[in-house]
Amino acid sequence: MALRSVRHYPGFFSVALICLIILYAPLVVVMIYSFNASPSLTNWGGVSLRWYFDVFTGPEAPRFKAAAWNSLTIAILASTIATGIATAAALAMLRSGKFKGRSLTFALINLPLMVPEIVIAVATLIFFTMVGITTGYLTILIAHITFCIPFAYLPIAARLQGIDGSYEAAARDLYATRLQSFFLVLLPLLAPGVVSGFLLAFIISLDDFIITNFVKGAGMETLPTAIFGSVKQGIKPNIMAISTLMLAVSILFVTLSYLINRKGRKGP
Amino acid sequence: MTNAVEIRTVTKVFGTFTALHGVSLSIQDNEFFTLLGPSGCGKTTLLRMMAGFEEVTQGEILLFGQNIAALEPNQRPVNTVFQQYALFPHMSVIDNVAFGLKMKGWPLEKRRIRAGEMLEMVHLSDFANRAPAQLSGGQQQRVALARALAPQPKVLLLDEPLSALDLKLRQAMRMELKQLQSETGITFIFVTHDQEEALTMSNRIAVMSAGHVQQIGTPRDIYESPNNRFVADFIGETNLIEVEVEAVADGQAQVVLPGGHRITTSSAARDKGRHHLSIRPERVTLGSPGVGLQAVVEQVIYLGTDLQVLVRLEGGTAMQVRLQNAARITVPSPGDAVGLHLEEGAARLLSD
Ligand SMILES: Nc1ncnc2c1ncn2[C@@H]1O[C@H](COP(=O)(O)OP(=O)(O)OP(=O)(O)O)[C@@H](O)[C@H]1O
Ligand SMILES: [Mg+2]
Repeated sequence: MALRSVRHYPGFFSVALICLIILYAPLVVVMIYSFNASPSLTNWGGVSLRWYFDVFTGPEAPRFKAAAWNSLTIAILASTIATGIATAAALAMLRSGKFKGRSLTFALINLPLMVPEIVIAVATLIFFTMVGITTGYLTILIAHITFCIPFAYLPIAARLQGIDGSYEAAARDLYATRLQSFFLVLLPLLAPGVVSGFLLAFIISLDDFIITNFVKGAGMETLPTAIFGSVKQGIKPNIMAISTLMLAVSILFVTLSYLINRKGRKGP
Repeated sequence: MTNAVEIRTVTKVFGTFTALHGVSLSIQDNEFFTLLGPSGCGKTTLLRMMAGFEEVTQGEILLFGQNIAALEPNQRPVNTVFQQYALFPHMSVIDNVAFGLKMKGWPLEKRRIRAGEMLEMVHLSDFANRAPAQLSGGQQQRVALARALAPQPKVLLLDEPLSALDLKLRQAMRMELKQLQSETGITFIFVTHDQEEALTMSNRIAVMSAGHVQQIGTPRDIYESPNNRFVADFIGETNLIEVEVEAVADGQAQVVLPGGHRITTSSAARDKGRHHLSIRPERVTLGSPGVGLQAVVEQVIYLGTDLQVLVRLEGGTAMQVRLQNAARITVPSPGDAVGLHLEEGAARLLSD
């Protein structure tokens, strides 16, 4: 019996439509109103880029700039380090044979995906306080590295799983040392997974709010916490502009990650 | 002269499973040596231990007299042609072939030249700058061969390199491989489960089953003088008949066939009693009744180049006979009474 396409179930279209509207209508509204010429949140005053100029030159600009700089550097550092750790973890999990506690290790690597974020946030803050590290840039970075690891790990491990061990064996057979076999053969084959893992980790770090908010300390802001702080004093249209910008960056990176992964899978 | 490879009572255990039981082999320099056996008998495992990808549980492997247990795969002067070729997908054909030379520290100019020569040897000079994925299976196979031969290993290991090719290509490659081996003078250790491949290419064959070496010998030895039932049955087709041994001495035996007929055969068995006799179907001819073994034709099957004749001996034992489908033969019909004549070397008494 042929499976019925999901489209033939009654009510499919209306349910899908409702979901899409709930998911995307707010985003669309924010995107459209970020181009509003009027300072009002609800009245349309024509198309203009004034709120984008406001983001970069307005009274809140220095604050946003500093926060954006923090977000960017933390995202780059955290995702780079997390990608390195995730790659090493994937190699240990998939290339060093069976070892004791392999399933446990797998669970530990991926646990941050399952634990509620607020729990991690509180626990991390308590931990930093107990150990006596002053909260600030460094604590945000450490926290970001930890929760980025599983996001970097998944695409890297998926890619590694698809690479037959015989390539490395062939390299070793042809007089390559372990290191040469890794850098000249395995890493180039693994690269799409590594890049994709890096981009995913980058996005996750860039838009994290809850954990960051707990461990950032006074005076330290990333873009999400800065936006939140600004919103608390009343929503102005410049927030819509900055949100739209962040959305664009996110979409760009996710698309990039998807394309790289797909290219890698299709290629030899 | 030292042997190229000397395998001394090598045992390999995976967890609780013993894949090889005290295997011993001596492979001479410049030899085309084949490991032949059914799937799972431990051929790949043995090869991987020679290459250095698998540790030896017990016993030792010597390469030109040197124990190689402590050497990493990259320190062994041994190269492998992998079953699925394992060509590096991100490198061009020529870079694949030059990889081993690069790792050995050859300068760019020299390795370009040598890789070019290797590609010429396997008739792929025009494909040097393609990616491996842009080649056919047979071409990839030849690149893998060129890549493994480029660093001039002392021993080349080939793990079922022809199994992914279609029949015509496989037959052509057999000749090419054999020729490459004699041209380069490198010792080839070839793994296959295809007996025809083993018989046509090898200087010597080791027949393996379930982690044991059953027999080592030239293709002719293995085919014509099998030692036991496994070898007789695995190599070619044969009739296995249980017989009573009356006398045995100096590799010859006097046996009684089920019908009461007595014959003398070469023998791998050393004692009297009941043993199996192997009779090759193509070494039997049909004659007129009254002479030789008495039998009745039951069925004649047309095979093109051959005719397969199923007969039943006096005493009820079934046997098959192969006749070449030549113009001069008289084709028997079911029900005919015939006399079977065993040619020289048709029968061999097996040890078990
Ligand atoms: N890493 C391993 N762990 C456990 N058992 C293994 C391992 N490698 C091989 N074996 C077992 O050892 C036996 C021999 O395997 P091997 O690959 O050498 O067989 P083979 O003769 O090459 O067979 P084929 O013709 O199918 O390639 C098999 O029963 C296999 O299941
Ligand atoms: Mg095998």
